[in-house]
Amino acid sequence: MIAETTHGSLTFCSIEPDSGLGSALERPPADALGRIEASGLRGRGGAGFPTSLKWELAIKSPGEYKYVICNADEGEPGTFKDRVILSDFADLVFEGMTIGAFVIGAKHGIVYLRGEYAYLRSHLENVLRRRRAQNLLGKNIHGLEGFDFDVEIRMGAGAYVCGEETALIESLEGQRGEPRNRPPFPIDTGYLGNPTIVNNVETFAWVVCILAKGAKWFNSIGTKKSTGLKLFSVSGDCSQPGVYEFPMGITVAELLKEVGGEGAKAVQVGGAAGQCVPAAQFERTIAYEDVPTGGSVIVFGPGRDMLRVAENFLEFFADESCGQCTPCREGTPKLIEGVKMLQQGRCSMQYLHELCSLGETMQAASKCGLGQMAPNAFLSIVEHFQDEILGRIGR
Amino acid sequence: MLVTEQERLRDDLVKMTDRFGRDRSALMPILQELMRTRYHISEYSMQVIADLLDIHPVEVSSVVSFYSFLEDKQRGQFVIRLCRTIACDMSGEGNVARQLVNDLGIEFGGTTPDGKFTLGWANCLGMCDQGPAMLVNEKIYTQVTPEKVHSILEECRSTFGVHATVDKERC
Repeated sequence: MIAETTHGSLTFCSIEPDSGLGSALERPPADALGRIEASGLRGRGGAGFPTSLKWELAIKSPGEYKYVICNADEGEPGTFKDRVILSDFADLVFEGMTIGAFVIGAKHGIVYLRGEYAYLRSHLENVLRRRRAQNLLGKNIHGLEGFDFDVEIRMGAGAYVCGEETALIESLEGQRGEPRNRPPFPIDTGYLGNPTIVNNVETFAWVVCILAKGAKWFNSIGTKKSTGLKLFSVSGDCSQPGVYEFPMGITVAELLKEVGGEGAKAVQVGGAAGQCVPAAQFERTIAYEDVPTGGSVIVFGPGRDMLRVAENFLEFFADESCGQCTPCREGTPKLIEGVKMLQQGRCSMQYLHELCSLGETMQAASKCGLGQMAPNAFLSIVEHFQDEILGRIGR
Repeated sequence: MLVTEQERLRDDLVKMTDRFGRDRSALMPILQELMRTRYHISEYSMQVIADLLDIHPVEVSSVVSFYSFLEDKQRGQFVIRLCRTIACDMSGEGNVARQLVNDLGIEFGGTTPDGKFTLGWANCLGMCDQGPAMLVNEKIYTQVTPEKVHSILEECRSTFGVHATVDKERC
């Protein structure tokens, strides 16, 4: 039942099996790390932390046991590229994890797969079994004495916040998936208190491509601060929704042309936690320095009610809030109330300003990314679509 | 010999701890296994798990209450979760929701009296390009229409419980 949305032209299709790992193992771990650093690869989950720096910090953290965790808790609304990668390119992900283990010196890897993707599990287990049989996992991988590494799959249980790396680790440890205060970061105090790298599914796959095709190839694509290619999950009002590969730094307008979404009035980039880009700003670029994204692009056609969009996102956050800190727990329902007032045409400009300042408080005072991001969509819709949302004739 | 349900449950839980270990990090896999086999996590099983893992039962209860896929109330053999996030919302999830309510005769959050179906919402199932999407236990359905709802439910009814499929898929 997993429909094909993959373009045959994806870089992932052209990577020879084992070419990244094989190339990494020829030289000492520092060499592979250097190549990843030269590529400028940044975390593909959306936050954009430099991958090589994360790995380097984990190398430097003292500890006998180190862990490589693949964050497959793809819960951001509008994101489905990890599902496609896990379905069609699982080997790349495991290969990337193995490279990570080689670089940081880990023996144990965990894929944290979201509960909603349970149907992918047996496929992933089969790939793991095959890799063990091929000596790409297990003991003395590739015949390299002392390089032992294996991967286990652990399931999430329907909590969006567990996509946040410290909440993910809490969940793995058998706790409620509540984010921790940072620092300490997982690179020194991660799973069971050990140095841990947590990377997105796509990041691991790109690591393999970089080692196979060279850092130069990767950093010649994209912008200076956002190098390389990225997968985008495109949905909403466009003629060809699906997973696409584009260079970082593509403008929203160029992207819309590719997917048949011209004429859109707004595009939500980065999912519920991202921002709403109105038509007037379609020349902006999708890159960490401008409009960042984990890959989610949702297109809104001219007929869409932007208030409904804001309401849907806020309802999502109200449902997914872990309730730990006050700004997020109490703020989100208050914003939903505000959206309902706007829908009924009963919201004064003054109150709207108060709602916006509440949103800004949530951005500043919430403990984790979820609460800090929750008001984003609301605030950008209020900013760009005041004409549409104010003075409605109530229903 | 007559084995009471509670004794059987305890035996099963002990087997699970043999399989997953008795560390705290084994808690989620145990709870997930229990959901798969018994459709809910009772207070009694929370107590037994707590004893086996040497933690307070409140710890178990707090974990169960946190995750939406872990439930302390009995749910149906088939849990239907309809995606309500924006892309599915835009592709007509509302009509599918309505038809599910009509065909099952229960509201969202409810379970049919025969214990077959539980109806609920899901947040983004990652099928945004093929909405509306719906999860029935671990099976995903995409581009669901109100018309298709009936055949999906019939497909479930004709399956003799989830036991057969669940056991096969268990890894």
